[in-house]
Amino acid sequence: MSAFQASSPWRKTAALLARIGLTGRMLIIAVPMIWLLVFFLAPFLVVMKISVADPMIARPPYSPLFVQGPDGWSIKATIGNYAYLWEDSLYINAYWSSIKIAFFSTVLALLIGYPMSYYIARSPEPKRSLLLLLIVLPFWTSFLLRVYAWIGILKTKGVLNAMLMKIGLINEPLIIMQTDVAVYIGIVYTYLPFMILPLYANLVKLDDSLLEASADLGARPISTFFRITIPLSMPGIVAGSMLVFIPAIGEFVIPALLGGPDTLMIGKVLWTEFFSNRDWPVASAVAIAMLVLLVIPIMLLRLAQSKGADT
Amino acid sequence: MAEPSLAADAKPWKNATAKPFIRIKNITKKFGEFAAVDDISLDIYKGELFCLLGGSGCGKSTLLRMLAGFETPTSGSIEIDGQDVANIAAFDRPTNMMFQAYALFPHMSVEKNVVYGLLREGVPKAEAMDRVSDMLRLVKLQDFAKRKPHQLSGGQQQRVALARSLIKQPKLLLLDEPLGALDKKLREETQFELIHIQESLGATFIVVTHDQEEAMTLSTRIGVMKDGKIVQVGEPPQIYEDPKSKYVADFIGSVNMFEGTVDVAVSDTLRIKSPEAGIDLLVAPIAGLKANQAVSIAIRPERIAVTRHKPEGAANIVEGEVEEVAYLGNLSIYRVKLASGKTLKVTKSNLLHDDVPIKWDEKVFLSWSNAAGIVLTA
Repeated sequence: MSAFQASSPWRKTAALLARIGLTGRMLIIAVPMIWLLVFFLAPFLVVMKISVADPMIARPPYSPLFVQGPDGWSIKATIGNYAYLWEDSLYINAYWSSIKIAFFSTVLALLIGYPMSYYIARSPEPKRSLLLLLIVLPFWTSFLLRVYAWIGILKTKGVLNAMLMKIGLINEPLIIMQTDVAVYIGIVYTYLPFMILPLYANLVKLDDSLLEASADLGARPISTFFRITIPLSMPGIVAGSMLVFIPAIGEFVIPALLGGPDTLMIGKVLWTEFFSNRDWPVASAVAIAMLVLLVIPIMLLRLAQSKGADT
Repeated sequence: MAEPSLAADAKPWKNATAKPFIRIKNITKKFGEFAAVDDISLDIYKGELFCLLGGSGCGKSTLLRMLAGFETPTSGSIEIDGQDVANIAAFDRPTNMMFQAYALFPHMSVEKNVVYGLLREGVPKAEAMDRVSDMLRLVKLQDFAKRKPHQLSGGQQQRVALARSLIKQPKLLLLDEPLGALDKKLREETQFELIHIQESLGATFIVVTHDQEEAMTLSTRIGVMKDGKIVQVGEPPQIYEDPKSKYVADFIGSVNMFEGTVDVAVSDTLRIKSPEAGIDLLVAPIAGLKANQAVSIAIRPERIAVTRHKPEGAANIVEGEVEEVAYLGNLSIYRVKLASGKTLKVTKSNLLHDDVPIKWDEKVFLSWSNAAGIVLTA
C-alpha cells in the first residue's frame, strides 16, 4: 500500500512541496491571494505613491518618491495634495454630493427593487426563472449604449415628453436631461439588478411557515411584513444596498452623460483632475480619499453584522 | 378551581344531543384536478384531543390547514364554536397552530417568540410579559427566555412552539406532527406532557400524525384518513379492536390477514373457508353476511398463543414451524410458517424468567379463540 502511494507522482510532488512548507490548501488559497496582490494591492500602492508626489510638467507628470541626492537615496513625500482637498470646498462638496446622490439612489433602488424581488421569489418555478432572466437581460447590451438610450428618452424632444404631451398630461416639455433627476434615473436604472438579485436570493429562502405562524398568532399581513419579512431579509437588503451604493458613489459615466454642469460627483472631478488638469497627484489623492470614505462605513457595518450574528 | 370536565371521560360523541364544537361539513379541497381532501364531514367536541391519522399525502395536513385558515376549501363549510369561519382570515380565527418544523421566528428570542401573539392582540406589554413567564414555567423553559431558537435543542424548540401556540389560550389548538422531530424517548415523555397540558387547560386539540402509536396514546378519538377521506372514526380501543376495513386493521398495529369465503354459521360461531390458513376459521358471527361471500379475517399477533403441545379446547388450531424469533425484552415476536406456506406473526409476553424459550425450526401449535378473528368485508 505504502509502496503504491510513494510511487504515485502526485504523492511525490505533494511530499516535496510539504517539505518546503506548502500544502494543497495553501496552494488553493494562494491563487486569489496572488490575484489580489497583483491587481489590487500593487495598483493601490502606485496610486498611493502618486498621491504624495508633487505635480510636475514632465512624463510622468509627478515627482519621484525616491530621490538620489548627494548623500544617497531619500524619500520625498508630501501631504499637500490631501490638504488641498480639505481646503478647496469643491472637493468636499463633490464628496458630499456623491454620497447624497448614491444614498438616495440606493433608497430608490431598494423601494423599487424590494417589491420586484418579493414578487419574483413568490412566483412559481418556471415563471421565476423567466423573470430573473428579464432582470439580467439588460446586461447583454452595452452599458454605455443603454445610458445613451436614456438621453433619447429624457431629452426635451424625447420619447417621454412626446408621450406625456400627446396624452395631455403636460403642455410644455419637462426639463429632465442635464439635471440631477436624470442622474438619479440613470443610476437607479443601471444598478437596480444589483439590488434585486441579492434580495431575491434572500427572499426565496424565506420559509412560508414563518409567515403563516405570524398570521396564526394574529398579525395582519402588513404587520407580518414589517416584523418578520423585513428583519429576516436584512442581509439581502444590506448586500443589495452595498452593491448599489458603492459603485454609485464613484460613478462617472452616468453623471457625465445625463447630468448637467451643476451635477457634482466625485467621479467627474477625478476625471477632470486627471485628464483636463493633468494633475495626477491631486487626482490620486481624490481616489484614495474616496476609498477611505467607502471602507470605513463598510467596516463598521461588517462589525455590526458580526456582532448581530453572535447574540 | 373546578376541574374542567374532560371529554375523555364524558365521551360527548356518544350523545346524540351533544353540540359539536367543530363541525366540518362536506369539505373538499382540490389542487388542480387532485382532491387532497375529498368530501369530509366530521364533528369534534369541546375538550377533545382528536388525532387525524394517516400516511403521507392522505390530506390530513390540508384539513388542518383549512381549519387554521391557510387554505380555502373548494367546497363545504367549517364551523368553529357555532360560527362559520369561511370568511374569517387566519389572523382573526380563534385557533392557533403548532407547526411541523415549529416555524419559530429565528431572529427573536424565546420570550419574544412567545409574547408575539399577545402583543398583536393588543395586550399591554407588562401583562403580556407576566403571562409569558407563567407559560415558560409551564413548559419548563424559564431559564431559556433570552435564548434564540437556534441555541436550543429540538425538544426545547418543540416546547417553545407549544408555549407560543398556547399563550393566547386558543379555543382550538391545531398541532401538525407535534412530536415528529423528537427522538423516541423524548417523544414518549412529551406525549404525556401534552395530554396533561391539554387536560389542565380544557382546550380542544386536533393533532395530525402519521405515527399510530402516538395517536393511540394521545387521543380521545382517532380519525383514520386515506386518499382524502376519513375511513374510520373511533376511540383508540375501538379502532384497534374493531377496525371496519383491511386498511385500518393493517394501518393500526400489526395484523395477520387471511382471505376466505363464508361457509355457514354453526350455532354461535361462523365458519370461514380459508385455503390460505389450511383450516376452516371459526370466528364470532356478524350480521349481514351471505354464504360464499369473500371476506378477510384479521387476527392480531398477541391474540395467538404459541405452544409446543397441542392445546385443549381452542377454537382454531394450526401447526407450523418457527422461522424467526425476535427477542425484544418484554416480548418476543415469532414468525411461524404454516403448512399452507403462509407466515404468521405472533407475539408472546415474556412473563416468566425460567421459560425454556421456543427456538428456530421448532414445530409449534398456534391457537386462538373464535373472538380473536375480526371479519372484514371492506
